[in-house]
Amino acid sequence: MAVVVLPRSLAHVLPGLPHRAVVEGSSVADVIGALDAQWPGVRDRLCDAGPAIREHINVFVDGERADLDTTVRPDSTVHVIPAVAGG
Amino acid sequence: MAERILLLVGTKKGGFILGSDGDRRSWSITGPMCGGLAIHDMSQDPATGTLYAGGGSPWYGPTVFRSDDLGATWSQSSEGLTYGDEGPKITAVWNVTAAHGAVYAGVGPAGLFRSDDGGATWRHVEGLTNHPTRPTWQPGAGGLILHTIVPHPTDAARMWIAISAVGTFETRDGGDSWEPRNAGVRAGFLPDPYPETGQCVHKLVMAAGEPEHLYQQNHCGVYRSHDGGVQWEEITAGLPNEFGFAMVSHPRDGQTAWVIPLNGAENGRYMPDGAAAVWRTHDGGDAWIRGAEGLPQENAYLGVLREAMARDELEPVGVYFGTSTGQLYGSADGGRSWDAIATTLPPIYSVEAIRVPG
Repeated sequence: MAVVVLPRSLAHVLPGLPHRAVVEGSSVADVIGALDAQWPGVRDRLCDAGPAIREHINVFVDGERADLDTTVRPDSTVHVIPAVAGG
Repeated sequence: MAERILLLVGTKKGGFILGSDGDRRSWSITGPMCGGLAIHDMSQDPATGTLYAGGGSPWYGPTVFRSDDLGATWSQSSEGLTYGDEGPKITAVWNVTAAHGAVYAGVGPAGLFRSDDGGATWRHVEGLTNHPTRPTWQPGAGGLILHTIVPHPTDAARMWIAISAVGTFETRDGGDSWEPRNAGVRAGFLPDPYPETGQCVHKLVMAAGEPEHLYQQNHCGVYRSHDGGVQWEEITAGLPNEFGFAMVSHPRDGQTAWVIPLNGAENGRYMPDGAAAVWRTHDGGDAWIRGAEGLPQENAYLGVLREAMARDELEPVGVYFGTSTGQLYGSADGGRSWDAIATTLPPIYSVEAIRVPG
């Protein structure tokens, strides 16, 4: 099962969401779906219409930038990182 | 029974709730709430007491928060708040209003959504988006935003909405069809100053107890209507500027309303002459009275956004406004004199006043 590292700021929007989660999934889309099954609402915070990952959310699988179709292996680490922006 | 006044304040950095007793002199501050997301509107369902907060963030998108314990805890959902995979992306929620058992959300790009389960799921009110004039809708400087929702107090099938740089629309069949309600409203920035749509309405309010009696603060003046918006009459005379954003109406007196005139659209959009003031009418807009006691009168280059003024239901009525630089002011005497309630909040987008048991 893949390890997913989630932004702490997302837990402020979804109370109870852990910083690190372990879920099954063979793609980024599957992983997000698995997260959403345990913590309803995660998908809508990370994904936009398209469907696509939200513009200012970066997802990396094993250190490489990823999109929803990117393959996730059982020993993968998936990082979800908000883009550096704002004010 | 003792009562408290709560001010629901939406800001760039989250929601805040300020509380006071009936004297409205000493205020507590709680926040930021809602994950620190920009909150454009906070409101209460008068039937259930549930609080709602609508907003969004560049990272996590648009959403509507809900609290069943007066802000102690919040949940959020945007399930169904979408134009679909082929449609434009929704950037933020700009208004959330509960009425007749439903909750409505106004979003940008302009559209209306409805929830029948307290915000858990949403569906698109397609009748408005599919209006024949839609191809002509052009965004204003602030975007193409559905920012005002005014439900009829007793007829659940009737509602008015307002969209920046497009105008006011009314439905009489629960949202299936809509009619423009802009006759008599100037659009001075267009070749035809009185088009069917294209007016930049900033705020629409209803006179107490008179559903057909509406007031409007527009980019180009202040207006009143006595027929549900079918025809508008300009009532700007007596105000220092035609431009402004915020407006509220009295909870019991249909002839009383408050506005905050600002320097013109291309002239800074702050209080005229750097002197803060809230203007009120007690005769439906025939005459206006300046209220500034207690407000800064020099170097007060303050702006107040469309949703950032509110009134409570006490007697005398309390009036409140928040600035885009984070100051919150309140009046306990209907706008005659003012006190600073908070001066170091984040930029304020919205203010709402509710009454709760003490």
